[in-house]
Parts: sequence; structure tokens; C-alpha cells
Amino acid sequence: MKGVEVEAHLRQVRAEGRKILVTYVTGGLGPGWVDALEAMVAAGADLVEIGIPYSDPVMDGPTIQEASARALAEGANPASILDAVARVPVAVPLVAMTYYNVVFRSGHQRFASLLAQAGVRGAIVPDLPLEESGEWEAEAEAAGVAPVLLAAPVTPDDRLAEICRRSRGFVYGVNLMGVTGERATVSGAAAVLARRLKAATDRPVVMGFGISGPDQAVAAAAESDGVVVASALMRMLLDGGGPDAVGAAVADIRRALDSA
Amino acid sequence: MSAAVHMTDPGPDGRFGDFGGRFIPESLVPACLEVEQAFRSAWADPVFRGRLDDLLRDYAGRPTPVTEAKRLSEELGVRILLKREDLTHTGSHKINNVLGQGLLTLQMGKTRMLAETGAGQHGVASATAAALFGLECVVYMGEVDTERQELNVFRMRLLGAEVRPVRSGSRTLKDAVNEALRDWVATVEHTHYCIGSVMGPHPFPWMVRELQSVVGHEAREQCRALLGGADPDLVLACVGGGSNAAGTFAGFVETGADLVGVEAAGGAAMDRGIPGILHGMRSYLLQDEWGQILEAESISAGLDYPGIGPEHSYLGDSGRARYAQASDDEVLDALQLLARTEGIIPALEPAHALAWLVGATRRGEVEAGSTVLMTLSGRGDKDAETVMGLLK
Ligand SMILES: Cc1ncc(COP(=O)(O)O)c(C=O)c1O
Repeated sequence: MKGVEVEAHLRQVRAEGRKILVTYVTGGLGPGWVDALEAMVAAGADLVEIGIPYSDPVMDGPTIQEASARALAEGANPASILDAVARVPVAVPLVAMTYYNVVFRSGHQRFASLLAQAGVRGAIVPDLPLEESGEWEAEAEAAGVAPVLLAAPVTPDDRLAEICRRSRGFVYGVNLMGVTGERATVSGAAAVLARRLKAATDRPVVMGFGISGPDQAVAAAAESDGVVVASALMRMLLDGGGPDAVGAAVADIRRALDSA
Repeated sequence: MSAAVHMTDPGPDGRFGDFGGRFIPESLVPACLEVEQAFRSAWADPVFRGRLDDLLRDYAGRPTPVTEAKRLSEELGVRILLKREDLTHTGSHKINNVLGQGLLTLQMGKTRMLAETGAGQHGVASATAAALFGLECVVYMGEVDTERQELNVFRMRLLGAEVRPVRSGSRTLKDAVNEALRDWVATVEHTHYCIGSVMGPHPFPWMVRELQSVVGHEAREQCRALLGGADPDLVLACVGGGSNAAGTFAGFVETGADLVGVEAAGGAAMDRGIPGILHGMRSYLLQDEWGQILEAESISAGLDYPGIGPEHSYLGDSGRARYAQASDDEVLDALQLLARTEGIIPALEPAHALAWLVGATRRGEVEAGSTVLMTLSGRGDKDAETVMGLLK
């Protein structure tokens, strides 16, 4: 099967005593997004989320909204993005990040196989809660795509246990009550949620939302297995920074995590 | 057709057939469950119901009358009864919903209320309820709509609400809902999102229909009194998200009346839509082959929405109701017709329902002499400037 299997890879990183660094790139954003993806991997990302843009991203703040709108205006769609991904050989797992209507419109089975054929071995669908996600989880797993589920600071214990049980690849802990976007500090809710998730599961636990730089990454990784950095990197691309600048920012975070 | 299966409690998963549901981020799941539980117990509680009924009577001015439109009836060759939601406090049916959700906000111990608005009527109603109940109120409104409904923006601010213009996407109602949801994710601990139509995640489509059903229940009684115990042949309402239509249909779904909802031709989700997921619900949506939501386009800010409430998708598929469209030009004609024959200037939204009726009677699709109950969901003051510009 094409691509790198998610959970085995992340367990390996953890076993080596390193924190997991996940980065994000909006698929189809400008001509340089594939170069940015490769630069992230070269700079030490352990997994890259490929954003498949959607017209109405309600869990995203201004930066990823802008990146999504720009990619869509430039004609990006799941097929064009996945075609491009399929052509780059990467040594780390790739996971799609999109909204449920994009999955539903293509059809669960078709969308899962589009991902699998491109070597994208996981998917995050943040507007699909437990009660509605059963069918998608089954089709994704059947295609070799890990359905990654999210837990929030307000998730009660019984739901948290169910999310940990059903999530594949890793469990995504949402650091804060709010949408994606750069923040000045890591919320206190992040550590509490990370500890609860770690107590509930042996699967890798990765924390995301609002992590902008090395210090925040170190803080958010303290109680978890790793972190996601997204908006801060997209802000650089939107403001005209190229793959080199993005790679350098990822390298800084990698260094901070490795020396913490 | 078995009437019993329609417009009942959709149960814990919030499904109307294949439509509805609760497609929201995990962060909002506990809040939606809390709203559902609070509404279930309030709706079964005579004390809550009594308090709401008092407010609807003493504050909103219910019951609203049904007016027999004699000159219009003569013009169209059918007997037309108008359910006068334009005569409520704040001038549209939206007040029925916000008084209910405002009381519920207090009951849940929350201090802040969010609303989205298109035409501004739901925003004005929300600002009104917030003032009445002493709640903080923030209204999201697409920038295009703040421009074409400037008067309503001013009214909201006068009522003490904060109006936040939304500059993303199509800068209309759809984007205002997105922004309200983003706010709610961050503030859910002390904030209630007072959704303005029969849309959004469960329990909103059901809860808003229940809160608006007073329109239909009153109208049915009033029709019986006017029609010697009979029900109307046809029941008609405009559809944006579909709350005035759902409230109206709820009163007649068990009768033999033909139920017709009228969308703006530029936002006709039932005509050109495909099932999909937006704003927490599965319903018919205007979208492209990859699931990107398309922009609706209408002179009426209140109908400028690429989706429709999930229960309407179900009623349409099951055949219990049917959905039609009216174009901007037909709507302007209908608005003037009602003004000149009855001395009533309707909002652009309900003028869609009348526009369809004018066309349908001319085409012979409605039998001469039929009785028609049409909900006049709001008054036309807010649209006077838009209409003036278009008629010049
Ligand atoms: C007077 C009036 N009627 C109808 C609508 C459309 O909403 P709904 O379909 O929920 O009744 C609006 C919305 O702003 C309105 O102001």
C-alpha cells in the first residue's frame, strides 16, 4: 500500500523518546505548497496534515480561512490536491484534514479510496462527531485510512473514552475552546485535556490549535506525545514566505522539542 | 399519506428521514445536548409554557389576526386569508422564536446571546429579547446585508446589541452563521446561540419549529371560524431557512390542505440542491461537484441562503409539502399588488409566497374559488429603501 501507516510510525517516534511534530499545509495554496510540504518533512516534521479546503470552515480562524479561500479561488479540489500529493515521495505519514461535506459529496468509499491511492493514510474531519461518524470510520478503515477523532476540553469522561477507543492513528486533543489560529500562549485547558487523554489511552496523543512557535510547542508537548503547528506556518505562506522560510520555522520547533 | 409521521419529535438523533442530525465539532456537542435537554423539559413544563404564552400575548401582541384579503381575492379568483405576523412586535414572526430561546437562555443560566441575521429581522428580534431579558447580545450579519438593511442595523444598536459585520465568503447569511458558530465554540460556557430558523444542528430545527408552531395552530382555529369549520385548501408560506413555513405547516399538517413553501429562485435549495452537510445539518444544499457550497442570490436578504431546514427536505421528499420558486421581478410585482389592493406593504420575503400564488392562479394551477391561507411573515418597512431603488 502507498504511503506510510500512521499509528506505527508515531509509536516508533515515541519509542525513540522524541516528541511528535505534526505540521499542516493547505492543499492547493499557491504554486509552492508541495515544496512547502517537502520542506516541512526535511526540517523534521513526523507527519503532515494536508488541508483539503472547504468553502465554510467553521472550526478555522482567519488564517486558515484565508488559505482555504485562496486555494479554492485558484481552482484546488480534492482530485487536484491528491494528484499532486501522489507524485511526491515522502517518508512520513500524510493525513487529510477536511470538512464532512467534502467527504459526503464524494461518497465515503470513493473519498477513502482517493486518499489511499494518493498515499494519504489518515483523515481528520472536525465537524463529524461520534454519533455521526460510524459509517465514515468503517469505510476509511476498510481502505487503509485511519479516521483520527478529536477530543475537546469540554468532552466528558465517557465520550473521551469512546473517542480514544474509536480513533485510529492518534488522538487529536483540541487545546482550547475556539477555532484554529495563532495565539500568544497555550491555554491551561490544554495540559488538563492532555493528561486526561494520556490516562485514557495508549494511542499517541497529539495536541493542536493555537501553537505558533517553539515555546508553545514545548509547553503543549509536556503532557502529551506531540503537537500540531498549522496557522503560524500558513501565515508565512500567505504573507509571501517561501518553502525555505517555512522549513526554517519547522526546524526551530523541532530543535526546541528535541532539546526540551 | 399518513399525516401522523410528519412534524413529530425527531428523537435524540434529530433525524427527519435522512435529513437533520448533528454535524458539529466535538467542542459544541455538550452545549447542543444541554440545549436539547433544557428545551425538552421546558417544553413539557406548564410553568415555562405559561410564562412564554404570557410574553407572546402581552409583549409580542399575539394572537395575530387572520385578515380576509377581499380585493386581492377578487383579483386572483381565489379566497385569500392572511396570517398577520407583520403585526407582531418587531414586525415579523421571528419574535416567536426569540422569546422562547431567550427564556431558555435564562433557564440555562447563560448571560450572553448570539444571533445571525440576513434581513435583520431575526437580529432585531434577538436584540429585543436580549434587552427584555437583560442579556448581552452579539449579532453577526454579512457585510452585504448590513449595507442593504442599514435601518435594521441601527435598530439593533439602538436596542443595545453589538452588530458585527462579516467580511468572509459571500458576506451574506451563510457567512454570518459560520461566524456565529466560531464565536459560540469559544464562548459556549456562558453563551447561547439563538439560531433564527429551522436549521442548524439538532435540536434547533425541531425547537424552532415548535416555537413557531403557534403561528399554524392559531391560524387553523381562525380559518375554521372563518370557513364554517373547514380547513383551507392550500397553505402557503415563504422559505428561507423555513421557520415561518414550518410553524405554519405544523398547524395544518394533519389536515387535507396542500402545503406549499416558496423559495427565492436564486436560493432554491429544494429545486437545484443536492443533499449535503452545512451548519450542522444534513439537507438539500446548493453545492458543486466537490461539496463546495455555492452562493445564493436574491433581492431578499432573508431568503439569500444556499440551504433549507432539514424538515422541509423531508416534507418535500415524502410529498407532504411541495416547494416552488419566485423570481425577483415577480416578487416586486406581488409586493405592489398587495400594497394597492389591501393597503398592506409586505416584506420581500412573504412577497415571494404571494408572487407564486399570482403566477399559479394565472396558470390555472390553483382551482378558482379555492381557499388559501398565506402567512404574511413580516412587514415591509425594512425593505422600503431597497424597493424604492429597484422601482426607480
Ligand atoms: C419577514 C421574514 N420572513 C421570512 C424570513 C425567512 O426566514 P424563515 O424561512 O425562517 O421564515 C425572514 C428572514 O429574515 C423574514 O425577515
